[in-house]
Amino acid sequence: MHDIIIIGAGVSGCACARELSRYNADILVLEKEEDVCCGTSKANSAIVHAGYDAANGSLMAQLNVEGSRRMPALAKELDFAYDQCGSLVVCLSEDDRPALQKLYENGVANGVEGLRIVERDELVTMEPNIADTAVAALWAPTGGIVCPFGLTYALAENAAKNGVQFRFDTKVTGLHPLPGGGWQVDTDRGSCQARCIVNAAGVYADTLHNLADAAHPMKITARRGDYFLLDHTAGQHVRHTVFQLPGKYGKGVLVTPTVHGNLLVGPTAIDVDDKEATATTAAGLDEVRTKSGLAVKDIPLRQTITSFAGLRAHEARHDFFIGEIAPGFVDCAAIESPGLSSAPAIGAMVAGIVRDSLQLKENPAFDPIRKGILDPKALDFAARAELIKQNPAYGQIICRCESVTEGEIIDAIHRTPGARSLDGVKRRTRAGMGRCQAGFCSPRVMEILARELGVAQSEITKSGGDSKIIVGTNKDAF
Amino acid sequence: MKNVDLVIIGGGPAGLAAAVAARKNGVQDILILERDSELGGILNQCIHNGFGLHTFKEELTGPEYAARFIAQVQELGIEYKLNTMVLDLAADKTVTAMNKSDGLFQLHPKAVILAMGCRERPRGALNIPGYRPAGIFTAGTAQRLVNMEGYLPGRRVVILGSGDIGLIMARRMTLEGAKVLCVAELMPYSGGLKRNIVQCLDDFDIPLKLSHTVVDIQGKERVTGITIAQVENGKPIPGTEEHYDCDTLLLSCGLLPENELSRAAGVALSPITGGPSVNESLETNIPGVFAAGNVLHVHDLVDYVSEEAGAAGEHAAAYILKGEHAAGRTLPVRCENGVRYTVPTAIRPDCAGDTVTLRFRVGGVYKNKKIAVYLGDTCIFSRRRPVLAPGEMETVRLKADLLRGAGDAVTVTLEEG
Repeated sequence: MHDIIIIGAGVSGCACARELSRYNADILVLEKEEDVCCGTSKANSAIVHAGYDAANGSLMAQLNVEGSRRMPALAKELDFAYDQCGSLVVCLSEDDRPALQKLYENGVANGVEGLRIVERDELVTMEPNIADTAVAALWAPTGGIVCPFGLTYALAENAAKNGVQFRFDTKVTGLHPLPGGGWQVDTDRGSCQARCIVNAAGVYADTLHNLADAAHPMKITARRGDYFLLDHTAGQHVRHTVFQLPGKYGKGVLVTPTVHGNLLVGPTAIDVDDKEATATTAAGLDEVRTKSGLAVKDIPLRQTITSFAGLRAHEARHDFFIGEIAPGFVDCAAIESPGLSSAPAIGAMVAGIVRDSLQLKENPAFDPIRKGILDPKALDFAARAELIKQNPAYGQIICRCESVTEGEIIDAIHRTPGARSLDGVKRRTRAGMGRCQAGFCSPRVMEILARELGVAQSEITKSGGDSKIIVGTNKDAF
Repeated sequence: MKNVDLVIIGGGPAGLAAAVAARKNGVQDILILERDSELGGILNQCIHNGFGLHTFKEELTGPEYAARFIAQVQELGIEYKLNTMVLDLAADKTVTAMNKSDGLFQLHPKAVILAMGCRERPRGALNIPGYRPAGIFTAGTAQRLVNMEGYLPGRRVVILGSGDIGLIMARRMTLEGAKVLCVAELMPYSGGLKRNIVQCLDDFDIPLKLSHTVVDIQGKERVTGITIAQVENGKPIPGTEEHYDCDTLLLSCGLLPENELSRAAGVALSPITGGPSVNESLETNIPGVFAAGNVLHVHDLVDYVSEEAGAAGEHAAAYILKGEHAAGRTLPVRCENGVRYTVPTAIRPDCAGDTVTLRFRVGGVYKNKKIAVYLGDTCIFSRRRPVLAPGEMETVRLKADLLRGAGDAVTVTLEEG
C-alpha cells in the first residue's frame, strides 16, 4: 500500500506531489495522459495573478495572494521562467470608475501589495499601445507571467527527485474505501491502494469527489477559453499583462507578453458539456479578435502563429475546494483561474492537510533544488562555445524558429519524468513552438525521440494515445 | 576559423548557383553555410520531374537538378559546411554560426548572399478552428516524410491550398497508396502552375474545389474528419459545409520568405513579398549584402531561382573585387493595375549592365492584357500576355540604355491588350 496516491499530474497535482515529497512517504501520481501538464495546465493565460480579483474572504483570494508571493522564490529554487512584469486592469469609461475603485479596495483587503490606480497620462507612458478610450487602470506591480509548462515540469521533476513515482497513461475507473482505512483505486491498468488520496483531477475532480462523498455531490463545468498566440515580432506590443475592467463595454480579454517573448491574447469563457472539447471554434476566435482591441489598440493579429483552447474547471461557487472530505480523501478541486498562480500555495495547503491526516514526518534528505534544461542561448559566446566543445549536441540546431539544439532535446527526453512525444519535447524545450509550428523540426525530433527511447520512428506520437504521426510506409497498401 | 570574402547563407538552389557564379567571376574564398545534412535544399525532397527545362533544356527531378549544381560547386572547389546553422547576421556582416565539429564561430566576410529560402505557412497562422490532433501537416513536411524517409503520413487525405507543393503531394500521396479526397482552395483560382493541376489532379480524378476552405478539424488524438465550406469574400457561407472522413489534412497555403536573420541585421524588407527590398544588383539596403531565390520572393520555377542567384553571385563578386558602385541616379520601381510587387524595387541605371531583369507577380487572374513598363511617362517596354495568374511569376528584361532617358521612376503596369 502506498501512503499517498495523487490523481492528476497537472500543476496542482504536481505542486501537491512536490510539497508532500518534503515528508517521509511513499507517493504515487496517477495520470490518464502520457505526460504531466496535459490538461488545463498546458492551455491557459500563463500569468500569475496578483490576487485583487478573487472575492475577499474566499479561499481563492487567500491562495492566490500567497501563491503569487511564493512564486519569485520558487522560480529561483526550481529554475523555471517567471517574470514579475506587473499587470494593469484598464477602465474604459468614467462610468466604470466605481468598479475600478471597488477592485482596488478588494485587492487591498486581500493583502495585495503595491496596488495603485494610475490615470491615463501615466498609463500611456507605461503602455503606449493602450486604447484611446482608456481613462485609468489598476496597477498591480506583483502581477507576473510564467511558463505554465516550465512550472509544472519543475514541480514534477523536483517531486520525482525526492522519491515521488509517476504512472502515466493510467486512467482511474473506480474508488473504494478499504475496511481498515485507506482506499483502493481501480485503473485501466490494474488496482492500487493508498492510505490517502489527493483528488487533483482537474475537470474530472467532480467524478472522483462524487465517488468518495456521494452525499455531497459536486459538479464541475468545463469552461473553454480560446486564445491567439502571436510571434516574437509582436511580443513587445504590451509590456505588462493588460486586462480590461468588466463594465460598460462588456468583459474583455487579456493581452499579455509571455516569458518567451510572444504575445498572448484571450481567453473566451464558453461552457462546454464535453470535458475533452478543446476544439477552437470560429465564433470563439472571432470573439477574441473583436474583444482584443477594446483595451489595447493595433494588436498585430496577422502575426498569429497558433490559436488554441483550454478548459477551466469551473464550479458554481467559484471558489477552490480543498479539504479532507472523507477520511483519507483530500479534494484539491474546482481549481479554475487563478489556479496556476495559486499552485505553490495549493500544494502547501494540501500537503499540510495530508501531513496532519497521516502524521507524516519530515524527510531530512529533501532537496528543494531543481535545475532546468540548460538554455545555450542564455550563455555568452565563450561559454556557449565551450559547452559545444564539451557536448557537440549543443552545436546542432533542431528547431530553427526557437533555436533549440539537439542537446536540449536529449536532456528533455532523459529527465524524470521525461518527454516521450513531440508535444512533450515541445513543452519542455520549445522545439516546435515557433512560427513554423514544427513543420521543419518535427521529422527531426521524431528521429531523436526514436533513437533515444529505442523505439521505431513509426511509434512516435504527437501526444500519446492514438496520435501517431505516421500511419505506415509508402505503398504498403498495395 | 579562416576568413572568407563571401559567405552564402543557404546551400539550396539559390546558394549553389550564387556560389558558382561568384567563383566564375573571380571570388576565391567562398563559404556556403547549410543547415541541413546535404546540399540541395528543398530540391532533395522534390523527386518529381519538371525541373531544369529552361536551364538545361531537359526534364530533371529535383535531386538531379541539385546534383548538377552540387557537381559544379565541388569541381570549382567551393567550400561548404553542412549541419551548420547561422545564428546571427550583424549589420557589419559578421556572421555567427555553429555546428557540431567547429562549435560556435564567427566570420567577417566582405559580402554576404542571403539564400535561406522560404518556409510554409502553418495551420496556426491560418486560424482554422477545431482540434489540434496529429495528422495535420504542411505539404512540405509530408513530402519530406514520404520522399526522403519512406513514411506515409496518412491514408485518407484532404488538402487545403492549391499551391504547387499541395498539387504535387496530391499526386504523390495517391501514388503511395493514400486516397486524396479533394483539394480545397480559398481563392477562386489555383495558386499553382497550370501544368500541375492537369498532371497532379485532373489525371488522378482528384476534385479541385475553388472558393472553399476548411472550417473545422475533428479528432482529439488523430484527425478523424474535416469540414470544408464554400467561401464568399473570404467568409464561409453557412449551409455549404461538406464533411470528409479522413485521417490527414495537408496544407499548401503559401510560402513565406525566411528572413529572421535579415531582419536582425537591419535589412529592409518588403511588406508584400516578405523578402528584402533590393536594387538592380540584388543588393539590399546594407551594402555588400545580396539576396536571391525564395528568400527574396517566392518563385514558381527553380530555373528562375538559379538565374537570379547567378546574378546575385556576379554582383557580389563585383562588389568584392571592385568595391561599391558610384550609385548615380536611383529610380524607384512602382507597380500598378494588378502588379503586386517587383524585384528589384529600385534601379540605378549607371550600375546596371546591359539588361535589367524585373520579376513580379500579379494579384489576380487577367486575360488579354499587356505588360507595360514606363520610365516617367515614356513606355519603354510592352508585351502582350493572353493569361496572367498569381501562380506564375512574370519576367521582363529591359535594355539598360532605355533607362537612361528622362523620368524619375519606373512603373510596371497591366494595360488593356
